[in-house]
Amino acid sequence: MIRSHVLICGGTGCTSSGSISIKEALEAELAKKGLADEIKVVVTGCFGLCALGPIMIVYPDGTFYSMVKDTDVPEIVEEHLLKGRPVERLIYVEKKEGDEKKVHSLADTTFYKKQKRVALRNCGVINPEEIDEYIAMDGYQALGKVLTEMTPQQVIDEISASGLRGRGGAGFPTGRKWAFAAAQPAGQKYVCCNADEGDPGAFMDRSVLEGDPHAVIEAMAIAGYAIGADQGYVYVRAEYPIAIHRLQVAIDQAREYGLLGKDIFGTGFNFDLEIRLGAGAFVCGEETALMTSIEGNRGEPRPRPPFPAVKGLFGRPTILNNVETYANVAQIILKGADWFASMGTETSKGTKVFALGGKITHTGLVEVPMGTTLREVIEEIGGGIPNGKKFKAAQTGGPSGGCIPASLIDTPIDYENLIANGSMMGSGGLIVMDEDTCMVDIARFFLDFTVDESCGKCTPCRIGTKRLLEILDKIIEGNGELEDLDRLEELCQYIKSASLCGLGQTAPNPVLSTLNRFRDEYIAHVVDKKCPAGVCKKLLSYSIDKDKCKGCTLCARVCPADAISGAVKQPHEIDPNKCLKCGACMEKCKFGAISRK
Amino acid sequence: MKKKLTTVQFRGTKEQEEQLHAIIEKYRGVEGAMMPVLQQAQEVYGYLPMEVLKMISEGMDKPLAEVYGVASFYSQFSLNPKGEISIAVCLGTACYVKGSGDILNRITEKLGVASGATSPDGKYSLEATRCIGACGLAPVLTVNETVYGRLSVDDVDDILAKYQ
Repeated sequence: MIRSHVLICGGTGCTSSGSISIKEALEAELAKKGLADEIKVVVTGCFGLCALGPIMIVYPDGTFYSMVKDTDVPEIVEEHLLKGRPVERLIYVEKKEGDEKKVHSLADTTFYKKQKRVALRNCGVINPEEIDEYIAMDGYQALGKVLTEMTPQQVIDEISASGLRGRGGAGFPTGRKWAFAAAQPAGQKYVCCNADEGDPGAFMDRSVLEGDPHAVIEAMAIAGYAIGADQGYVYVRAEYPIAIHRLQVAIDQAREYGLLGKDIFGTGFNFDLEIRLGAGAFVCGEETALMTSIEGNRGEPRPRPPFPAVKGLFGRPTILNNVETYANVAQIILKGADWFASMGTETSKGTKVFALGGKITHTGLVEVPMGTTLREVIEEIGGGIPNGKKFKAAQTGGPSGGCIPASLIDTPIDYENLIANGSMMGSGGLIVMDEDTCMVDIARFFLDFTVDESCGKCTPCRIGTKRLLEILDKIIEGNGELEDLDRLEELCQYIKSASLCGLGQTAPNPVLSTLNRFRDEYIAHVVDKKCPAGVCKKLLSYSIDKDKCKGCTLCARVCPADAISGAVKQPHEIDPNKCLKCGACMEKCKFGAISRK
Repeated sequence: MKKKLTTVQFRGTKEQEEQLHAIIEKYRGVEGAMMPVLQQAQEVYGYLPMEVLKMISEGMDKPLAEVYGVASFYSQFSLNPKGEISIAVCLGTACYVKGSGDILNRITEKLGVASGATSPDGKYSLEATRCIGACGLAPVLTVNETVYGRLSVDDVDDILAKYQ
């Protein structure tokens, strides 16, 4: 009899920090102690708290161990699993306002308390490679209900009534999208899933595929029934090997159980799925480009109309939804549109998953009701900014989004508020920045990305973004003039209004939002030739405080450019003309005598 | 990103060629087969030199321009062979904010290999990658298949020392 379950996170974050070897060590140790029949080791999807990985949870007591190492395994087995005494030193200590408190259960951490898990409900709970575990969590019940009790129109009505909107970027109402495709004359139609998660810093789709792949498969079959399609494609980034593997395992198991294929549940409904791998092109997250890519071509977008619902993949009516959108569908069918619509704000219903990253204590995946404020997400769930630094801005929406400054930290997060504040939801990457982040440098970082990823089909995007980047480079190198700021703004408007697809239309957002919110930083770069955050190398100057310098000569020895001179035990000096601004001297100085301005 | 054709001599074997033909056969008649064929061809050869693109063009009965067009469009397809030790530094936003740019610079300095290039002896190749999704461990780099996370610039020397 199994008396205890040990859950180990097998998400990409924890796998990278060694969770699979911990699992193997644990199984070996259990076998050695003769406990293999009593204690079951389960590899699950992402728990969300990636910052503390590898993560292990022991049930039935629910003890939560963080940053586990191979060498901890014998102690865990001996003490906890054999003698029933949790290993105190591995239990997570939460620091809050100077207080330190041990938290035994994951659910009691401030990271989890405010979360509401709908899309991620099975992640970190079930073994994603076992279809029976998904079925035990009410899996495929929604598909059964839809096929036996509902008409396609009723399915679409239910999804529409729930207020579910696309979780991949623009937030288009999902029910309306399905209705368009359903209204097309019968014939070959397709259901596609966008798992080409290209926004740097976003990894919620990957975590859903890794932790709960059947939720996506079930929802795609439901969508197929609703619009009259019998074939689906999941377009996944090739950079996500674990997600691809688990999705393929899940598809094979679903076929074996008759939940994909011909005559599902004996209702005469046919539906099958195929995985197609992306090959690293950001533009393929745009719906028409994604379809062109599945067709085997360069992933260039097509003009709309015709919209994909009319003429999409292989010229047939097609719907495309994002992974997280699909992850909500089965729950809506089972629990009802009213339940879903009871969460969130007036126009944004349900929950949203965010990938918290950057300068924040708890990096990881969080799911909160729409309308939660940025402050709750950053300060409470995210545990605030590490090293006592000050929060400066949160970047949402990836290269298509913008920065929400600290002054707007109490804004409730939903589609409309983010757009009103010059950013967008995007797929849900939320990168936190502190006072050491230069906003001009960040704008340049995103532009560099867009220039690289522009497919080249339309001129405003291909040439316009390049020109934007050149102006930003000029500013960062200290050659900017005030007129450049106007040039940036003007060019941004042209690119926004004239580009063919979403990539180009949103590419100027990082520049516009930083220009609006952090204009003083741009002015400091252009007029004072200073970088207030101390990031832009060309604008920095290093100097030695004569009173603090002991003349130890260390700085002069590490300087690669021989820019530092001075006699032993005498204050040293930096020659600004020779200085490369590498910072090596400042790093090495033991007396804190070197400062950067 | 502009891709350069390789100057390294092609050393494909008979077995590899047979594998490639088997892949092309497998996808005959499948709609949109170009991407999976290129992806699997790259698994066989490690990269996609012009010789391989020509074989795909003939095997699939598609113009070489079209095959090359697709191969050069996507960043996953490499027209150059990777080094024996392939280093990739993540320049996704989360890693960038936490200083992965400095890590990339340090590796370039240490190895004398620019981002996107392979050292002349074919030993090291270095690339700046898109977000690999390990943002919880930022900043991150990978050497071959091994992931190193929560790095600082000072860790670079130790990591490189393991692969000398």
